[in-house]
Amino acid sequence: MISTIRWKDLGTPARVSERLVDLEVDGIPVSVPEGTSVLRAAAEAGISIPKLCATDSLEAFGSCRLCLVEIEGRKGYPASCTTPVAAGMVVHTQTRKLADIRRGVMELYISDHPLDCLTCSANGNCELQDMAGAVGLREVRYGYEGENHLDLTKDTSNPYFTFDPSKCIVCSRCVRACEETQGTFALTIDGRGFESKVSAGMNEAFMDSECVSCGACVQACPTATLMEKSVIDMGQAEHSVVTTCAYCGVGCSFRAEMKGNELVRMVPNKDGHANHGHSCVKGRFAFGYATHKDRITTPMIRDKISDPWKQVSWDEAINHAASEFKRIQAKHGRGAVGGITSSRCTNEETYLVQKLVRAAFGNNNVDTCARVCHSPTGYGLKATLGESAGTQDFDSVEKTDVVLVIGANPTDGHPVFASRMKRRLREGAKLIVVDPRTIDLVRTPHVEASHHLKLRPGTNVAVINALAHTIVTEGLANEAFVAERCEAKEFAKWKAFISEARNSPEELQAETGVPAAEVRAAARLYATGGNAAIYYGLGVTEHSQGSTMVIGIANLAMLTGNIGREGVGVNPLRGQNNVQGACDMGSFPHELPGYRHVSDTATRTLFEQSWGVKLESEPGLRIPNMLDAAIDGSFRGIYIEGEDIAQSDPDTQHVTSALEAMECVVVQDLFLNETAKYAHVFLPGSSFLEKNGTFTNAERRISPVRKVMPSLSGKEDWEITVMLAEALGYAMPYKHPSEIMDEIASLTPTFTGVSYAKLEELGSIQWPCNEQHPVGTPVMHIDEFVRGKGRFLITEYVPTEERTSRKYPLILTTGRILSQYNVGAQTRRTFNSMWHDEDRLEIHPSDAELRGIKEGDWAGVRSRSGETVLRALITERVQPGVVYTTFHFPESGANVITTDNSDWATNCPEYKVTAVQVEPVTQPSEWQKRFRSFSEQQQELLEEARETTQA
Amino acid sequence: MDIERLVKMANDIAHFFQSEPDHEEAVKGVLGHIQRFWDPRMRKALSGYVDGGGAGLIPLALEAAKRLPKAGQTV
Ligand code: SF4
Ligand code: SF4
Ligand code: SF4
Ligand code: FES
Repeated sequence: MISTIRWKDLGTPARVSERLVDLEVDGIPVSVPEGTSVLRAAAEAGISIPKLCATDSLEAFGSCRLCLVEIEGRKGYPASCTTPVAAGMVVHTQTRKLADIRRGVMELYISDHPLDCLTCSANGNCELQDMAGAVGLREVRYGYEGENHLDLTKDTSNPYFTFDPSKCIVCSRCVRACEETQGTFALTIDGRGFESKVSAGMNEAFMDSECVSCGACVQACPTATLMEKSVIDMGQAEHSVVTTCAYCGVGCSFRAEMKGNELVRMVPNKDGHANHGHSCVKGRFAFGYATHKDRITTPMIRDKISDPWKQVSWDEAINHAASEFKRIQAKHGRGAVGGITSSRCTNEETYLVQKLVRAAFGNNNVDTCARVCHSPTGYGLKATLGESAGTQDFDSVEKTDVVLVIGANPTDGHPVFASRMKRRLREGAKLIVVDPRTIDLVRTPHVEASHHLKLRPGTNVAVINALAHTIVTEGLANEAFVAERCEAKEFAKWKAFISEARNSPEELQAETGVPAAEVRAAARLYATGGNAAIYYGLGVTEHSQGSTMVIGIANLAMLTGNIGREGVGVNPLRGQNNVQGACDMGSFPHELPGYRHVSDTATRTLFEQSWGVKLESEPGLRIPNMLDAAIDGSFRGIYIEGEDIAQSDPDTQHVTSALEAMECVVVQDLFLNETAKYAHVFLPGSSFLEKNGTFTNAERRISPVRKVMPSLSGKEDWEITVMLAEALGYAMPYKHPSEIMDEIASLTPTFTGVSYAKLEELGSIQWPCNEQHPVGTPVMHIDEFVRGKGRFLITEYVPTEERTSRKYPLILTTGRILSQYNVGAQTRRTFNSMWHDEDRLEIHPSDAELRGIKEGDWAGVRSRSGETVLRALITERVQPGVVYTTFHFPESGANVITTDNSDWATNCPEYKVTAVQVEPVTQPSEWQKRFRSFSEQQQELLEEARETTQA
Repeated sequence: MDIERLVKMANDIAHFFQSEPDHEEAVKGVLGHIQRFWDPRMRKALSGYVDGGGAGLIPLALEAAKRLPKAGQTV
């Protein structure tokens, strides 16, 4: 979808009202919802009233006085942006008097504005310029000699945008954007009258302020005052293409603004259903990795990982990989090879990888990185509600009265949704946070959690049981809902279990560390505070009881009837952009697309007929099983697309031993990632800007990914999988990803109505989309659960085996930060590293003091798996006894320490709980030294290959 | 396959089903989970280990593992 660069700006936000108001603007009759401004009503009638301080993403402020109108029967010249419509109103927007006033206003603005339009970065896309034209400004009588702001200095501290105060017209759009859209409140207008000016924080540089670089202010600014550096460098774009962010599970829609094949900037799409025109620093600004010099664009092969890489043709690389896989299968059996796909791949790519494994390899050894994040969500929600997905759309939060956030850090992990959530909280919704750390959301401007249950890591299930116990025993359950919608026998069993005294907050308090009274108060608020919605993240799933906890969450929602309508529900916040899609597409070893078990003959037959092969009816190996089987010798070849298990999976040394034990490791990626350092074949992948496809976000929303520039390697990722399948002797005659989607739709009941044509028409679609739901399904389980009756399951709290001891007295838990993204392969190759250039170990002051560790000291972190060294960050965000780190840099080795403990149902690793000891040290750990020398060696082998080709 | 790990996995599954009041359902729960989610080579390894006594398996896991079909038997 190619679109023009400018958006139509209707001036003030839309109002929702049943009641319509009729009025007349310049003789044209208009009918708009009650509460709409005159400015917007006029715009809807096709009449543009000049304006500067108003824009339709922000509430009107009425400061510039340019939008004045005359209204019959009213005195003076009211500002149309702040005047609501009234029935029978007769409005005139163009009169001689109005023209004079507007010209006068513009004259004042221009007299204090540098007249460098021709060389200004906003030239051609500046609202001030437009308005000067619109009001017919011809002269500036005041001259430029008077006092002015033209000499103010620029703030270029932010790597992505500049602030040039000499061009500021003090319209406060930026300030309002930071407050209303982003919710950070980093900007203020200092001083009054002529002295008034915009400033970040306490008159600081942007980089030193609270600013999180979301860019909302830059987008809102009508002049070149706040401007993307990329636009300053490259000039204004000439066309744009709507596409979807490739970072987190919010799945923001963007317009990629292009100049030929070069990306000038990413602008969040106002019509985007997931983000409504907002974005975070990653999606808007961190796209430089796509053209980074580290990109590998030529296929490479080698026999041993100690050999130099050899650059080869696509054919040679593909044939080599295929013949290796065939050789291994001939010698060690059909099940000796497998594949891994990634949540960063499109739906179509993932679908093809699992199809290749099942149809061309002839086994079910396929898995996805969702294994290590949200596999418990799939299991737990399917077992209780009947569908492995979240129940709501993001817009639902606007009707929520009580937000319960468990084990998620939305302001860092899902920033754009966090902004929506914060807006709702500022409107008065109540907040309960269940997290071992004081995440930002607990206290941000104008938001304060009613309850923060600061539990010990690993005791989630105890807390959810205590919450449910309180609701049941205090008689706060929604008995009518349960009786009508849930299985009675299962509920009775569960009720007996949960009512036992051992599940009470008082009995569990010693285990969880959360005061019983606090748990009871939170339970009462959740059960009785109106519409209550649960949002949760990896702090729920990445535990030995991850699936049990997801079940506990679903139990709680059913118990209180908080499911099946707007404003409520169970909402897993997915980590990566396409976690939901990867799971939907059948990339787990036990299920075909649409969550149907491989042992189900009817489903298998359907796929067998379509694919023309016999399919295996036994489940295959999951990632951790593949690694164990590799060490054991029964698994020897793997095709990995877009995944970096050597960095992201737990117990790094176990992962790398398994990779070393394999005979053929094929990695398809943008960069020589940590896993590729153990590979024998490297297939250069394409970035999200270089291919067509779809991503499915945390709301089950399928959004289009569109190719905006040619692929650097000459191939889109789906084409590479097709070539590999064909070299293995299995034909995949697709000409375009849309045909892959058509096949998915023909085989998956929840996708029957999905097609590229419909995506083009609707913009995005939330599955299920089929005959019953032709335009998709924002809220699920409305009249009945997908499985029929909801099923309560007993959630016994089983403490993890990962307990603290004298040897390992602290608990390490892990998480993400706003500016970096997971393994960091992308964001580390952008300026985002200016906010976070290394992983640090957060430690409580008392634990630090006990160990003689000071701020910034090197701290050795040791677990039963391994040891690494990180710099200490002393903070009360973590509680005594708990330490915390992020895992964005491979050399930090966060996963050298994490153990092989995993969720009982899905083997999702227990990243969130590792018993460790922390000590001051003076040098890197042994693992880090080995890592460094191995990485340097691999980098040299890559450089050699590049030089040989150039020579 | 690393049998220690399989034993731990089976025990973890059994811990979940442990509190099911109906014992037969609990055994079926564990068995069903293993059959639905474990690759055949893992099931075979566990089943073989149980033939040798199955040390380390908690009783519920052991009971379920004993019911795993032997090689050649259909499910
Ligand atoms: S970039 Fe975002 S956080 Fe920073 S000042 Fe602008 S709106 Fe506020
Ligand atoms: S920086 Fe831009 S948006 Fe902010 S007050 Fe100045 S002109 Fe308006
Ligand atoms: S919130 Fe997520 S999807 Fe949206 S721009 Fe940021 S990283 Fe991209
Ligand atoms: S646009 Fe209405 S006062 Fe500025």
